[in-house]
Amino acid sequence: MTTVTTTPTERAYEPVIGLEIHVQLRTQTKMFCGCALSFGDDPNTHTCPVCLGHPGTLPVPNAEAIHFALMIGLALECELAPRSIFHRKNYFYPDLPKGYQISQFDIPLWRSGRLGDVRVHRVHLEEDAAKLVHAGSSGRIHGAEASVVDFNRGGTPLVEIVTEPDLSSSEQAGEWLRLLRATLKRLGVSDVNMDEGSLRCDANVSIRPVGTATLGTKTELKNMNSFRFLERGIAAEVARQEELLRGGGEVEQETLHFDPRTGGLSALRSKEESHDYRYFPEPDLVPLAPTQAMIDRARTALPELPGARAQRLERELGLPGDVARLLAFRSELGDFYESALSADGATDPHTLASWVTVELVARLGDVDPAESPVAPEALAELVRLISARSVSGSAAKEVLDAMVADGGRPEAIVVERGLGLAGAGELDAVVDRAIEANPDAAEKVRAGTAKAMGAIVGAVMRETKGRADGGEVQRMVRERLGLG
Amino acid sequence: MSELLELTAARAAECVRAGELSPAEIFSAYRERAEADDLGAFLWLPEEPPRPAAATTSADPPLGGVPLAVKDIFCVEGAPTTAGSRILDGYRPPYTATPVERLAAAGAPMLGKTNMDEFAMGSSNENSAYMPVRNPWSPDRVPGGSSGGSAAAVAAGLAPWSIGTDTGGSIRQPASLCGLVGLKPTYGAVSRYGMIAFASSLDQCGPITRDVTDAALLLRHLVAGRRDPCDSTSVDFPEEIELPSSHDLGGLRVGVVPELSEAATIDAGVKAVFDAALERIEELGGGVEEISLPHSEHGLSAYYVLAPAEASANLSRYDGVRFGLRSGDGDLLSLYERTRAEGFGDEVKRRIMLGTYALSSGYYEAYYGRAQRVRTKIAEDFRAAFERVDLVVTPTSPSVAFRLGERTADPMAMYMSDYCTVPMSLAGLPAVSIPAGLSEDLPVGLQITGPAFTENRILAAAHALERAFGFDSSPARRPAAAAPGR
Ligand SMILES: [Zn+2]
Repeated sequence: MTTVTTTPTERAYEPVIGLEIHVQLRTQTKMFCGCALSFGDDPNTHTCPVCLGHPGTLPVPNAEAIHFALMIGLALECELAPRSIFHRKNYFYPDLPKGYQISQFDIPLWRSGRLGDVRVHRVHLEEDAAKLVHAGSSGRIHGAEASVVDFNRGGTPLVEIVTEPDLSSSEQAGEWLRLLRATLKRLGVSDVNMDEGSLRCDANVSIRPVGTATLGTKTELKNMNSFRFLERGIAAEVARQEELLRGGGEVEQETLHFDPRTGGLSALRSKEESHDYRYFPEPDLVPLAPTQAMIDRARTALPELPGARAQRLERELGLPGDVARLLAFRSELGDFYESALSADGATDPHTLASWVTVELVARLGDVDPAESPVAPEALAELVRLISARSVSGSAAKEVLDAMVADGGRPEAIVVERGLGLAGAGELDAVVDRAIEANPDAAEKVRAGTAKAMGAIVGAVMRETKGRADGGEVQRMVRERLGLG
Repeated sequence: MSELLELTAARAAECVRAGELSPAEIFSAYRERAEADDLGAFLWLPEEPPRPAAATTSADPPLGGVPLAVKDIFCVEGAPTTAGSRILDGYRPPYTATPVERLAAAGAPMLGKTNMDEFAMGSSNENSAYMPVRNPWSPDRVPGGSSGGSAAAVAAGLAPWSIGTDTGGSIRQPASLCGLVGLKPTYGAVSRYGMIAFASSLDQCGPITRDVTDAALLLRHLVAGRRDPCDSTSVDFPEEIELPSSHDLGGLRVGVVPELSEAATIDAGVKAVFDAALERIEELGGGVEEISLPHSEHGLSAYYVLAPAEASANLSRYDGVRFGLRSGDGDLLSLYERTRAEGFGDEVKRRIMLGTYALSSGYYEAYYGRAQRVRTKIAEDFRAAFERVDLVVTPTSPSVAFRLGERTADPMAMYMSDYCTVPMSLAGLPAVSIPAGLSEDLPVGLQITGPAFTENRILAAAHALERAFGFDSSPARRPAAAAPGR
């Protein structure tokens, strides 16, 4: 083994990234009281003495939140703590009515799991803080003219998921978070909406010289409330740390706030303000000891998860990996695809997959196809018409446009709009005319310039309004030019 | 009135049910006496008894409409509730505590809110932010604490019975100092919902009454045969609470703990009453034997780490944001600092600082962790002891009622008041204090403890001893020199 000496300037670094994700659970009620969860309701309309921290009130854990947390841990293949403990995390802030957050500390509900190729360090349950709204230009509590608290969000059940530092690029972090999001969505335990804050992600970022094993000093990145911001934030922080180290500097352990407008990072709180949370076991709650029946119920509730579904689609149907992942991660697309496939056994899985993931997505965007006028069996029928060469590719797109607009069956639309493939009799005359009208192109094709064929085929397509099969037209042109 | 004063609450309830007395008659008689309170026992009196929720009103309620003095630590919807603190001045809770709700439903409406040490922190009631409470037996002496108002009210005949809370002795010690029966139930037996928290893992609600039967009757309806779904730490009591009828202690093995009863801190007069009580136990057929609770002498140290640690978090909610006192100049930090500086008294601040320190990073193991281990050891000591004996007895308080101001300058001397009561709190065990005699013409309490959920056994023994001691706790027959109202 040889040792290569490099100066800091030329040394290659690799990022080491871990993620901390907070997921708001979509339960009926809050984590420790009977208030309904709220989404955009008037401020302070979902409150009670318990979630306002009135004197004498006590928390009662939400069974549905525990059920959802059990499902999450099972989906992430974690190890269950037979008795996990709730702790109080103490700090003063107006969004925290009791002056402490009930969270889990040294014995979380779940540990040591895995999703894809990333290890999960821990999964625990806690309660969300209330929402502060600051009047004035600063947008922060310091320097605000006034601040008001909306306690609707306070006490919403949260699951915190912490990964091991197994990610090594911003893109990989984004990709993995998409997998996690798809998994949680599939479990039906959360809205997992990053804009609305039901999925929040912080990143711990450090870098180290390629080939070394020791971890560098890490920084914590906050406020990356979209996949794009997450990737941009991590990339910016990796670049900043590299520049620091190359310049002979050192990375300081700090919390950084990502500003999506400038793409810059600023220190969130200084060291002087760093908290001693004085964690201690929450005496108002007993240890959480899930029974076998609770675990079984959570296991029974698990659907097929996106990771497994992607593998199955790839293995059983031979779909390309990226197409399989798209169908699996956007489970509504996968559901639509599989229901179309089962509606018509003769449909070609590859063609159908591409019509779902490319053509349908281009037309529907983020809308769930199940909520569009397009019926899965209708799309299957369209794909069968294409495979049977009863309709050309471009005509089929027009048929799909009509289906997206008004629904209906493709065969009926083809007949109604005269979009059926032009028959051989009709094509003979059209092809003859196209060759006559393009003598130069015809000469070039004869001379062996295949590219020149385009002009003739184009003329045929124009005249048939796309109802001709391109391959068939080329065959006819070559035949007429004696290239049979 | 003096006839009514002769009656225990249970007897008064029987008279109501027999048609000899009306609930309104009893309420207004006690309302009048409470109104004339010059001991500082009450902080608030309603004009009329609050009506219990219609669904729970019964035509023939078991508690007969005999009104209840409620320690001001219990939230009652719409009624001023301060926990003896300035920081809750003007606070009226939007809901009612489960114990108050249950007793009202059983026919014991609230008579008024009684004075207490601020947030239940104290052993003399001198830590009330509003006024000290005087002991009806001797008005220049303290009634004990922190449920001093509840004890003084019952001892002076301003209320037929009362509920208090006990964290390290706050029911038993004032009961002892005022010549009353005070029961701290097994941890988890009575709901803590609506009871303003001091130290959540120790706090329990219990009765302070004139006799053992009254205590059993209140406990029966506090337990109410079912746990409270609003309190995760509450449990189903395994049996019905019986009204005690024992006249002897036949076959009971009673343990005496030299570490507690022979400690230097126990006054000679108290020790003499205690020793006489042991003789009575034997006369009643009980077997007295010495047992050891080797870790109990560390109870107080562990308690003064654990209770302040929990309190430091429990009291964080008093921040001026949502209810109670608000002070400051509009800036967040000054809101916190000024509200808490002006709202909390010295003892509360002392314990918040103690608890905050004990939980701090780097000190947690040395203080909180160690104290928890002592707590476990004490519980193990009791478990071992209860393999040999059925009950354990100790003096309740090391001394009789002390003079107002005597210990205010010396927190350690004050803390010693809980020396004999704290070990049972740490172990979560039920314990009752009953008056066993007088020393210096002031009451001395005997503490009787059993394993968890043996309240029936404890109350039965207390009942037999109560008969044997013949202690007269009727305010009507209190020696005139010691009567209140001078
Ligand atoms: Zn609520």
